[in-house]
Amino acid sequence: MSTASYPVADTATMLRRNLRHALRYPALSLGAVGMPIIMLLLFGLIFGDTFSAGLGGGADGFAYLDFLTPGLLLMAIASGTMSPAIGAAMDMTEGIVARFRTMAIFRPAVLTGHVLGNVVLTTISLAVVVGFAVLIGFRPNASVVDWLLAAGLLIAVTIALTWFAIALGLISKTAEGASNIVLPISFVLPFLSNTFLPLDAMPSGVRWFAEYQPFTPIIDTLRHLLIGTPVKDGSGLQAIGWCVAITVVGYFWAQKSYNKGTAA
Amino acid sequence: MSTAIEARGLHKSYGDKVVLAGIDLTVAEGTIFSLLGPNGAGKTTAVQILSTLITADAGAIRVAGHDLAAEPDAVRAAIGVTGQFSAVDGLLTGRENLIMMADLGHLGRRAARTRADELLEQFDLVEAGGKLAMTYSGGMKRRLDLAMTLVGSPRIIFLDEPTTGLDPRSRHNMWTTIRALVATGVTVFLTTQYLEEADQLADQIAVLDHGQLVAEGTPEQLKRLVPGGHVLLRFNSPEEFTLAGQVLTAGVPNPEALTLQVPNDGSVLALRDLLTRIEDSSLEVGELTVHTPDLDDVFFAVTGQPTHEKALSA
Repeated sequence: MSTASYPVADTATMLRRNLRHALRYPALSLGAVGMPIIMLLLFGLIFGDTFSAGLGGGADGFAYLDFLTPGLLLMAIASGTMSPAIGAAMDMTEGIVARFRTMAIFRPAVLTGHVLGNVVLTTISLAVVVGFAVLIGFRPNASVVDWLLAAGLLIAVTIALTWFAIALGLISKTAEGASNIVLPISFVLPFLSNTFLPLDAMPSGVRWFAEYQPFTPIIDTLRHLLIGTPVKDGSGLQAIGWCVAITVVGYFWAQKSYNKGTAA
Repeated sequence: MSTAIEARGLHKSYGDKVVLAGIDLTVAEGTIFSLLGPNGAGKTTAVQILSTLITADAGAIRVAGHDLAAEPDAVRAAIGVTGQFSAVDGLLTGRENLIMMADLGHLGRRAARTRADELLEQFDLVEAGGKLAMTYSGGMKRRLDLAMTLVGSPRIIFLDEPTTGLDPRSRHNMWTTIRALVATGVTVFLTTQYLEEADQLADQIAVLDHGQLVAEGTPEQLKRLVPGGHVLLRFNSPEEFTLAGQVLTAGVPNPEALTLQVPNDGSVLALRDLLTRIEDSSLEVGELTVHTPDLDDVFFAVTGQPTHEKALSA
C-alpha cells in the first residue's frame, strides 16, 4: 500500500467510539452483571448450605459460594458478549461501516475497537461480580500471583469469546438476530458446565457435554487459582488452548465477513 | 485538464443479474459529473465500485491517478463518499462524529477539534453539534453526513443521490453546497434520478439504463435529444383545429382529440411568441398546457421506452 497506515491510532479511535457508545447505553453494556449476581444470591446465599451438604462439603469441604463464584465470573464474560455482537451487527446494517470501508484506515481497527471496548466493560463487570461475591461471603485464598494469573486468564477468555461473538454478530443481518445467535455462548455454555456442580455429580449425558466443552477446564483452572481446589493435570494448558483456538477462529472469521466483497 | 476518474469496461453482475454491462466513464478534474438514471439502473453499484466499497467483475479503473485494484488505499485517501443512506454514528453527537472522522484522518488532536467546529458552522449544525445524531432530522443527518465526508478535504467526492427525500429548501441548500465545493477545485461524482438536479449542477451527464450508458453529454446536448418540450393546444371546434394547423405548421395534429402539439421549450419568450401568433390569427384555444422535458422524456428519447418507474420531479 502506498499510504502509511496507523494501526494503533485507528484502533484507539475505534475504542473511544465504542466506549462512548457504552456510556450512552450503560444498561446494555453492564447488563452482563445481572445474571451472575442473581445466581450468586440464589445459589450462593439461599441454597448454598444445602448444596454444600449435598456435595459433601460443608464444615470440612469447600464452601459452596467459593466453589460457585469462579464459574459465575465466566458467566459474566459470556453474557457480556451479547453487546459487541449486537454492536457489530448494527454497524453492518447502518451506513457507517460503508463509510469506514471507503476510508484509508487500518482495516481491522473497527472490529478490534469492539473487542477492546468489551474487554474494558467486562473488566468492570468482573470487578463488580467479585466485589459482590466477597460482600456476601466469597473468601478466595489466592496469592497475588494467583490473582494475576486468574485475571490474565479471564481477559484471554473475554478476548476469545468476544471475537467469536462478533463473528456471529456479523453474519446475522439484524440486531435481534445477533442477540439470538450468541445465546449458545451467553447462556448454554455457562449452564452446561461445571459452574454449579462438579462433573461427578452430573447425569451422564450432561456430564459428557460439560467435560468436553471449553468452559469446564477454564473454570477448573480458575477455581484452582482462586480457592486452591485440586485440578486435573493439563487443565491450565487446555484452558489456554481453548482461548487461543477460539480467538484465532473468531478473529479470522470476523475479519473475513467484514471485508467480504470489498477491494483489499 | 487532467482526469480524476477513468473507468473502462466496468462490469458487475450478481448471479444472473447484470447490473453494469461494461460502461466507460471519464470525469475531468474539478468538474461535476452526474450519473443519471432511474432506480435500479446501476447508479449505486457504479459508485460503490469507484469508491472501493465493492469490487468490479471486470474493468480498468483509475481514480485520482491510482489504479483502483492495485492501490485501493491510495484511492481511499483521495476520496470522500456520501452514500444514499446516512452513514453517521447515531450514538455519537454530531461533533463527536466529525472528530472521529478527523481522528481517522490523523489530523491531530487540536486540528481535529478546529476542523469539526469549522464544519459544524459551515453546515449550520452548531446548535445540534452536542446532540446525538440519532435525534437529527433527515436533512440534518444528510448535512452531517456530507460534513463528515469533507473532514479530510478529499479531492474527489462521490455523492449518491444526495437530495433524494429532502424537502425543496434542503435540496437547494445542498446544491449551493455542492457548487461551493467545486469552486474550490474538488471533483464531484453525483448520481441522481432528477434531470433538473443534473441540469442545475453537472458539467457532464451520463444516462444509465439497465446497466448501460445510453447517452452522454453536457446538459444542453442531452436536452437537444429530448423532443418532450412542447405546448399542447386543445380546440373546441374542428374548424378552429384545422385553421390552427395551417397557422402553426410545426405542430403535430391529433384530429380525434382536436389537439395540436407545438414544440416549445416553455420559456417566457417562446410562450409569448406562441401566444402572439395565436392572437394574430384570432384562434380560439379551448385549453393550453405547457409540458417541460423530464427524465421520462430523456429516457424515451434515448432508449425508446419510458422509465419503468416514473421519476418524481419536485
